[in-house]
Amino acid sequence: MPNTQPISPELTLKPHDFPGRLIIVEGIDGSGKSTQIRLLQRWLESMGYRVFFTEWNSADLVKKTTKKGKKKRSLTPTTFSILHATDFAHRLVTNILPPLKAGMVVLADRYVYTAFARDTVRGCDREWVRKVYSFAPKPDIAYYFRVPIEVAVKRLTQSRQVLKDFEAGMDLNLHHDSIESFRIFQGRILDEYDRMSAAHDFSVVDATANIADQQRIVRTVASKKLANYSRKPRIA
Amino acid sequence: MSSLQFFGSGLPYLPQSEYPGVLITIEGTDGVGRTTQIVMLREWLEVQGYGVVETGWTRSPLIGRTIAEAKQGRILNPLTYSLLYAAEFADRLEKEIIPALRSGFVVLADRYVFTAFARDVVRGCDRQWVRDLFGFAPIPHLVLYLKIDVVTLIRRVISRGIIDYFEFGMDMAMGADPYNSFKRYQTSLLKEYTNLAQEFGFHSVNAGLKPEKIQTELRKVVSAYFSKHHFHATPIEREIDTGNTSPEPAIQQTASSLPVAGP
Repeated sequence: MPNTQPISPELTLKPHDFPGRLIIVEGIDGSGKSTQIRLLQRWLESMGYRVFFTEWNSADLVKKTTKKGKKKRSLTPTTFSILHATDFAHRLVTNILPPLKAGMVVLADRYVYTAFARDTVRGCDREWVRKVYSFAPKPDIAYYFRVPIEVAVKRLTQSRQVLKDFEAGMDLNLHHDSIESFRIFQGRILDEYDRMSAAHDFSVVDATANIADQQRIVRTVASKKLANYSRKPRIA
Repeated sequence: MSSLQFFGSGLPYLPQSEYPGVLITIEGTDGVGRTTQIVMLREWLEVQGYGVVETGWTRSPLIGRTIAEAKQGRILNPLTYSLLYAAEFADRLEKEIIPALRSGFVVLADRYVFTAFARDVVRGCDRQWVRDLFGFAPIPHLVLYLKIDVVTLIRRVISRGIIDYFEFGMDMAMGADPYNSFKRYQTSLLKEYTNLAQEFGFHSVNAGLKPEKIQTELRKVVSAYFSKHHFHATPIEREIDTGNTSPEPAIQQTASSLPVAGP
């Protein structure tokens, strides 16, 4: 059984009142969330929704800095955290808010919960990370693809070539072997997700099920939550 | 002064340690002469035998350039502006300021989080959010504030003949005229500084005085703080007596925390 006890009361995000809808997916690496969000996008588009897709860590503003910092291993948990928050804020203002204000459906592969989990595991203060990201609007749907750590490890070792150092948390010196390090690091992130799941209204999807079955659940949740969303062009 | 106090929850992963150093920050808007004063303060402290480490806003080798480039491209919004500076500050804090304080140095910081507290709020960020963001920062032991009135400030900066887009607050679209924009921006900034000075107990010195006079005032404040907290550089003679060959002038704290003299 996952431990769903929050350590301290969770600071939650404020709901937005834009005409658009914000749908996000979370889960550890190897949970299959990216596959699921792509399928959701196809489905929404096939029904005529105007969809905008965005990924975690894709803005150019701080890319060079984080790359340099990772290479030189000169990022501390705090600078790592704030640089990602900068990147997110840039993306929020330039990519996410405009389509939301223009009444579109925004799909985000990872959202601030990734930072809540990851930065806490790296050693930042749990509450501080939540306060830093308090400017982010609460998603209308937050899917959490829950997968046991062993399944994630198996998927990654079978499908992918090399584990990226930061994905495996190698900088934290948890273990000299990258697979073992990944197991420990992502295992802790999994615990963080489980603890925040209820407070942030995650729609939990069993990510060990087959792809089509998961997608059926995803679409059922989306239909229900998008029921009050007007597809007619409406802007803020 | 051997443990650090933080604005918020600090840095949880910081190892337990003594911090015998002293953190002195110099605040003030553009054009008040902070750099000149720091140069003089440093010299005065070093002559007395204090080890001094200087640090300054946007000087982080990792992030300073990113800020310059982002400003050049004018792609910053109030949130990213605030966050980038926070990252820059965190980098210097963990790599320069905290190690120096741990080793007993006097740290002279040219601008500190108060600059962000003032600027970011003027740019439209939520006051509490900015404070929370910098919750990892240690509270300085002394804040020296070079206070200036808006007329003197405007004349000083304008006589440099350079219009800096951000220093003039032109990113906030306060109108097309640089002078009006500058005046409104700097007036709002000064108002924030005045409130901060009261809230955080800044030691204010009139920046309209001659540099030498300002320096005298600053030294008085620093001396008073050092003697109140028994913070003093070890006399040179004593180092020779005890055979201490350390090239850095050691700084020691109150008599009670001193290790008994060497051989």
